[in-house]
Amino acid sequence: DKSGVDLSNVKMSMNPFCEIAVEEAVRLKESKAADEVVAVSIGPKQCGETLRTALAMGCDRAVHVSTDLRTDYMQLQPLATARLFEKVVESEQPDLVLMGKQGIDSDAGQTGPMLAALLGWPQATFAAKVDAAGSGDGGLVVERETDSGTETVTIPKLPAVVTCDLRLNEPRYATLPNIMKAKKKKVDVMDAADMGVDLTAKNEVLEVYEPPPRKEGIIVESVDELVDKLKTEAGVLQ
Amino acid sequence: PVSVSRVAAAVATSSGRSYTTHSQLPEEHQMIYEMCRKFADEELAPNAGKWDKEHAFPTEAVTHLAELGLMGINVPGEYGGSELDALAYAIAMEEISRGCASVGVIMSAHNSLYLWPIQAFGTHEQKEKWVAPYAQPIKEDGTLNVGCFGLSEPGNGSDAGAASTTATLSDDGTEWIINGTKAWITNAHESSAAVIFATTDKSLKHKGISAFIVPLDAEGFSLGAKEDKLGIRASSTSNLIFDNVRIPKDNLLGNPGDGFKIAMKTLDGGRIGVAGQALGIASASIDCAANYALERQAFGKPIASLQSIQNKISAMSVARDSSRLLNWRAAMMKDAGEKYTKEAAMAKLAASEAATMCSHQAIQVLGGMGYVSDMPAERHYRDARITEIYEGTSEIQHLVIAGDVFKEYKG
Repeated sequence: DKSGVDLSNVKMSMNPFCEIAVEEAVRLKESKAADEVVAVSIGPKQCGETLRTALAMGCDRAVHVSTDLRTDYMQLQPLATARLFEKVVESEQPDLVLMGKQGIDSDAGQTGPMLAALLGWPQATFAAKVDAAGSGDGGLVVERETDSGTETVTIPKLPAVVTCDLRLNEPRYATLPNIMKAKKKKVDVMDAADMGVDLTAKNEVLEVYEPPPRKEGIIVESVDELVDKLKTEAGVLQ
Repeated sequence: PVSVSRVAAAVATSSGRSYTTHSQLPEEHQMIYEMCRKFADEELAPNAGKWDKEHAFPTEAVTHLAELGLMGINVPGEYGGSELDALAYAIAMEEISRGCASVGVIMSAHNSLYLWPIQAFGTHEQKEKWVAPYAQPIKEDGTLNVGCFGLSEPGNGSDAGAASTTATLSDDGTEWIINGTKAWITNAHESSAAVIFATTDKSLKHKGISAFIVPLDAEGFSLGAKEDKLGIRASSTSNLIFDNVRIPKDNLLGNPGDGFKIAMKTLDGGRIGVAGQALGIASASIDCAANYALERQAFGKPIASLQSIQNKISAMSVARDSSRLLNWRAAMMKDAGEKYTKEAAMAKLAASEAATMCSHQAIQVLGGMGYVSDMPAERHYRDARITEIYEGTSEIQHLVIAGDVFKEYKG
């Protein structure tokens, strides 16, 4: 009825940009730039599975903020999500927060920057390269993907928030021994409702609909005809 | 008379938890399922056609498999393995084979046929020397340690008790001298070690067969030419030729005369692996056919809306699902320490026939497109055929099953 996407019987898996963030975090630990990697996820029971996958990729432990509110912008929205992460950051005190640049359900891309603002921390979004060694003590050099090319940003001191883009890395497969080790790693569960954050949606989704089906193209006879059609039919030329 | 509920309770507690769907699996089995599935989709399926055309051993993919821990799935951690159970193996075999059936057989021969018997019957020293470097098979130079299993001979396949390869103790008693030829050996050309079966005392017939671990760089050993097979062409199959090959006395696996028993027990577990491979081929066939049927139009609508296509897809799904359940049952019984010979034979019989049927019908659903190499259906058809033959022909499986069934009635 266009009120939202029907999620019944949909198989959930880790957001691909989040997978890239997990991979980057594990690599930072492997290069000894980081001591411990904690995977955090907000959502329903199935988050437990994606957190186990993060543990199997090499995270040390996990925190599951449990809620049955829909996390695809329909109920739990980026500002509330960022506030929940803010609470986790306050209790965990990490030096770096790595996130996917956006969720592929809502494509909002807001949570990372909002979290950085709430924390008052520096941020670098759409990271295609993260260099922990290159910036002198305790900072990061991040290459960001923008529509006009790559931008290099230096974060002089941690803590910071970095959101990860597609070209940052190729996430590893969980190896069998790591899948077995993941069983023994700790997952702390907390209830989103008990964290003192207002979880109500501030924006109302009016309608969710499919884009119109692609119309068939037509073959034109000449460049003049093409230009004419672009002017009169497609309306993209004046 | 015993009440039904008491019997049911006894049955429920006797063999532990039982899983029938992927969603019921314990967490690590689900993760293994997903990891293998992802790996198969991303790294195996896109390359399987090329490997088949080139008859090329997919070294990079098998190395990657090893990095993931899939080349030592059931070996304990102290010998470098992934320490997983038979159910995890069955699941991994199906998903890997769904991507590439050749990689599936390479993995299954190495795990079930080479590693398992040494792990089950070997001494600690044998395990350190012949299991550990093969469970974590990537050597320092990046090349692989692959193992194989030599039971069949040119003169006997189903009649395993008639082995004519001989092993004679040397005059000074320090070495075994092996003479003979083994046939149809998977991984032959890539292997550096083999578990082989040879007669130490022909007068004892099948009780005179013993098992040996043979390093394949031994003097007197040579490989036959690679067979030109119908399917699973990226896996090498050839003869192993032993001409006065000398191996240390300590390379005897188990006790003299144990060979036949070791072979049969090894094949029980191997059948779970091959059933997994057959299931993978069946699943790949169903995926191919169902996707095609939803796209291909005839008479103004997708052919998926036609009953004759629906009947095929349904029959394929039932065959695949039911043989998967048989395989999971055999695996769970093995993990529970129960005798599972009959159940493994049933799983292998059913799954291999399902693979043949599903791949046959997949070609039928695809029509002309099923007959050309642009689509994978023809490769699945060629790959499926061997599953009814190796690791015990369907006819042998029937004998094994019937033997156990009649035993139950004779009581």
